[in-house]
Amino acid sequence: MTEIFSAQAWGKIWIFRDTFLLGLYNTVRIAVVALMLSMILGVVFGLMATSGKKALERSSRVYVEIIQNTPLILQLCFLYYGLAFSGNSLGIITTGIIALGIYHGAYMAEVVRTGIGAIPKGQFEAAESQGFSYIGKMYYIILPQSIKIILPPMVNQVVNLIKNTSCLYIIGGADLISVTYSFVTGASTGGAYGPAYIVCGALFFIICYPLSTIASIWENSLKMRDQKTSDLGNAIIEGTVTK
Amino acid sequence: MLKNQAVIIYLLKGVAFTLILSVMAVGIGLVSGSVLALVRNYCTTTKTKLFKWLAVAYIEVFRNTPLLLWIFICLVFFPFPEVLSRKMFGLTSVEVKLLFKASTALILFTSSVIAEIVRGGLNSVAQGQFEAGYSQGFSTVQIMIYIVLPQAYRKIIPTLLSQVITTIKDSSYLANIAVIELMSRVKTLLSSSYNYNGTGTVNVSDVFVLFGVAAIIYFIINFSLSSVVRHMQKHPRIPKGEARVS
Repeated sequence: MTEIFSAQAWGKIWIFRDTFLLGLYNTVRIAVVALMLSMILGVVFGLMATSGKKALERSSRVYVEIIQNTPLILQLCFLYYGLAFSGNSLGIITTGIIALGIYHGAYMAEVVRTGIGAIPKGQFEAAESQGFSYIGKMYYIILPQSIKIILPPMVNQVVNLIKNTSCLYIIGGADLISVTYSFVTGASTGGAYGPAYIVCGALFFIICYPLSTIASIWENSLKMRDQKTSDLGNAIIEGTVTK
Repeated sequence: MLKNQAVIIYLLKGVAFTLILSVMAVGIGLVSGSVLALVRNYCTTTKTKLFKWLAVAYIEVFRNTPLLLWIFICLVFFPFPEVLSRKMFGLTSVEVKLLFKASTALILFTSSVIAEIVRGGLNSVAQGQFEAGYSQGFSTVQIMIYIVLPQAYRKIIPTLLSQVITTIKDSSYLANIAVIELMSRVKTLLSSSYNYNGTGTVNVSDVFVLFGVAAIIYFIINFSLSSVVRHMQKHPRIPKGEARVS
């Protein structure tokens, strides 16, 4: 514990700063690509779940349930070892991106599904009565309205996605956590546990804290606004507010 | 491979450890999380503000950093009581030590998440409840224990159950440091599967069998829990008293 205050240990971190930056770069890179993959999957499966067609709804349900009810580490290991032992390994980072994308895709699909489900039915019917096609209806009418419901939980998912890049450690990944761990246990770089973990945690915190704060503020303001409108509605019904 | 009884028992013990660990983490997390949430919400006077900021710092730091980092940190820094340094639950003393430190990390991490859940429940209790309590001569502590917390807990039961699911999934992170729960047992079995499958090498079929079995076990546990959660959300129990009031 005393090494937290030792200048020598901190000096070591400074000398090897490129290692940490490389880890950070990898984590961000994995997170960004996996995020795009999960967004695509989320929108596709979220739309399938609200399409009203039994077969599509059911297949979306199966995807979401299977992925949400098994651990990410298990899926990652399954994918990685399955590919490795059958002789076509994709490499750690690509495997990680695919596993993270599929895992968070399931959560995004749920977020999109609840977002679309919160739109009143009349909006769908109105759009159809005006002759919108399915894509036109979704793109012009439904998605713009549901985006404000979708975004806060989606930002939370992004935070989780960034934290979950640490899973790559189990398959020997190159992300920030793995890099930190191999730094503190390495033969030539060993020791300096305290400072190294502080740096690693601080880097995660700097990325995640603003995102999760924005998400919670956003969510609260939405809740307040809903409360106000429903209070106003009740007041009008009760006749305490004229007009 | 699954015909080998020793393998099955080995796996089932892993399941037991996973379940015990997760329930324990959520249980202890509920206690410490409630304390954190209460402190964060109600220590607002100038004297107690320091505690509030400590609770805020704790919650935010743990929520915004990965669990694996805390597992590594606890592995190095968390003090281990020497009393526990012996064989128990059929584990070696080294395994007990790892289990203790890793589950500490899991508990610390889970408490921060549960603190936010409890806080959500506390915030949903109407302000009038406090005023009513004060008017009846309750002290703040009594109001918390008898009036506010019971209502808050009842509201967050579904969310807490979902947190059990999340914790069961999160406990697989302990496989990273070879603690003895389900996921790490699967990994151990995979690396030594040439002893069991009769071919002398690790085959891709072993990967499918082992991870498949683990996936099915996790799925059965979590899916039944999430079905319970869904049922509770669909049919919220209306307590007898409240129904009469409205």
